[in-house]
Amino acid sequence: MNEQDQITTDPTKPAQRMRAGSMTISATPWIVAALVLIVLPMIFTNNSAITIMNQMAITIVFALAYNMLLGQGGMLSFGHAVYSGIGGFACMHIMNATEFFAVLPLPLLPIFGGLFGMGLAMIVGSFSTRSAGTVFAMISLGVGELIAASSIIIVAFFGGEEGISGDRTYSLPFFGIEFLKQIEVYYLISAWLMISTLLMYLFSRTPIGRMANAVRDNPERAEFLGYSARWVRFYSFIFSGFFAGIAGALFAINYEILTEENLNTTSSGVILLVTFLGGVGFFFGPILGAIVFTLVQTVLSLQTDLWAFYAGVLFVSTVMFFPGGLAGLIMMHVPAFKFGKARHLVLPYIRTLLPGLITILGLSALVEMIFHFRHAATGEDEMTLFWTTFDSHAVFPWIIAIVVTAAAFWITRRNVPGLVEAWHKANNFSGGRT
Amino acid sequence: MNSSANSTPALAIENLHKSFGKAKIIRGVNLKIGKGERHAVIGPNGAGKSTLFNLITGRFPPTSGKVRLHGRDLAGLAPFQINRMGLSRSFQITNIFPKMSVFENVRCSLLWSKGYRYSFWNMVSRSQDLTDAADSILEQINLTARRDLPAGVLSYAEQRALEIGITIAGGANVIMLDEPTAGMSHSETDYIVELIRTVTEDKTLVMVEHDMGVVFGLADYISVLVYGEIIATGRPEEVRANPKVQEAYLGAALEAEH
Ligand SMILES: Nc1ncnc2c1ncn2[C@@H]1O[C@H](COP(=O)(O)OP(=O)(O)OP(=O)(O)O)[C@@H](O)[C@H]1O
Ligand SMILES: [Mg+2]
Repeated sequence: MNEQDQITTDPTKPAQRMRAGSMTISATPWIVAALVLIVLPMIFTNNSAITIMNQMAITIVFALAYNMLLGQGGMLSFGHAVYSGIGGFACMHIMNATEFFAVLPLPLLPIFGGLFGMGLAMIVGSFSTRSAGTVFAMISLGVGELIAASSIIIVAFFGGEEGISGDRTYSLPFFGIEFLKQIEVYYLISAWLMISTLLMYLFSRTPIGRMANAVRDNPERAEFLGYSARWVRFYSFIFSGFFAGIAGALFAINYEILTEENLNTTSSGVILLVTFLGGVGFFFGPILGAIVFTLVQTVLSLQTDLWAFYAGVLFVSTVMFFPGGLAGLIMMHVPAFKFGKARHLVLPYIRTLLPGLITILGLSALVEMIFHFRHAATGEDEMTLFWTTFDSHAVFPWIIAIVVTAAAFWITRRNVPGLVEAWHKANNFSGGRT
Repeated sequence: MNSSANSTPALAIENLHKSFGKAKIIRGVNLKIGKGERHAVIGPNGAGKSTLFNLITGRFPPTSGKVRLHGRDLAGLAPFQINRMGLSRSFQITNIFPKMSVFENVRCSLLWSKGYRYSFWNMVSRSQDLTDAADSILEQINLTARRDLPAGVLSYAEQRALEIGITIAGGANVIMLDEPTAGMSHSETDYIVELIRTVTEDKTLVMVEHDMGVVFGLADYISVLVYGEIIATGRPEEVRANPKVQEAYLGAALEAEH
């Protein structure tokens, strides 16, 4: 069944750009995803890779839950970490309730996290979902700050500054698995990733999920069709709270410790940025955002102390230049593929993206050099960048970096018109454009 | 006032007033609209016709007075509650879901009346009854060819047709249309008039309309609203002959037609 949505191919109107294509509920992507999840740890076998993948999966669940609000329901929350945090803390307490935990198989624990997230969302949602705009955003921020602040005061539940820790292995063994090994935890998290993603996707196809879109676009009209915009928002909100709670539970299982950091407004801000980076207009957007962000956060942070700076630049440029996010960028190309004209784009892309990439690397090299020049301990003038070691106080490396960056930038600029032209050519089936 | 005077009227408006700040916009409207009646509200620009619609449908609370739908007082009810009682309206300024597909627009307007409510255990695409009903509405409003386009890219006339489609989809028994043909060409208007006639068969229709051809072609009764007051109500020929109406409005409007 065809049931989507906008199509425009105009690269100058990213905001109006489309969700193209048909939306048959097909099993193929799910089977592929499951296979990838099964195979991944056989390719990346070392523990740190598995840790990264666990972190990624948890972020994906959280970002998808967040997008139930932002993308599908049009509600901007600045305090959503609270719901995953509550789910996580609740699970830590269940882990520490040894008698109960001893009869509970660990794979069932996330359900409790979800229920706690949902419970809190019911309380907050009962008054916050009255409107979707600034009022909702402000309430979410206020509640977020409030609960983050009480986490330091209510030590019994939140454990104060040390947080709460526990031991997942005290649970009832699950078919003999005690979850001592990282890989066992990986498969547990992956299973929950699949289940949660599927359920959230199915939610978007239900009557209430469709009405969430309708209320997002035009709450007043929805009211004249028999739906209370407030109740529609409330349902989206509590389901989002449920899946956020699952993400929190998975965090608890993976790290066996929760602290204030899990529910403070910084974490809430990060999940907003992750979701936006991936693209709020498409179901799979937050998945991309979570993957890219986790890679930046883990892999890039091993390479440079400035990773947060780069992440910030990435977010700002997404918001400014690609408001459709990564998913929007990808889906922009669907029409060209559909009409078999995508190959016209390959060469122009290489011509601009390759020098563009060199420009970005050059700029980041300059940033690193400035940072090293200003902050390295006296006497430590040597630095290593792109497998080259040099003296950051000498003039020559600076000249090279500046010249390479400028040249790459110049080539990029010169090739952009060609790309724009190719883009128009590849998309001119809609007529009227030359 | 009409043939079904002894049964409960579909809509009864009693001494309705509405002020925005100091401006008195609706100034004591009394009106009964019988079941199955096609009732046109006409009047000059700014007379308060849309405001009257907004008061009836719960968009604004009245300053004083009552509105009854099938005898039930609507005071304090929200638009969605009034809609669930079987009243559906369209808007003078097109009010659709521009980012959703045309099909999806219609399907969303069917959901409540088909009993899906806040269901999160049905899949809309698996519900053949929904798909069929939505497609047949699209057929009726001549938008089948536009089915999968975002509603926002339709032409003005197509959006107006969709507006009507959304309004009638839920099968409400009282339909209120605010200037359904405004801005349409002659042939589009003829088509929409026929459509309105078919879909409101056996239903109560209340309609604001400036096109006198449409009014006299469709309406069983006409009320003339001038400056927040109804100055005449009756059969089309009575209203046409009414000297007060001639003076206040209709003379000018009929002349403008020709
Ligand atoms: N929400 C509002 N706040 C303040 N004034 C309003 C509001 N809605 C309508 N009005 C005023 O009430 C008066 C009547 O408006 P209304 O839209 O009901 O007229 P109308 O009869 O539908 O006119 P038209 O034929 O142009 O559609 C106008 O003077 C308008 O400015
Ligand atoms: Mg009006």
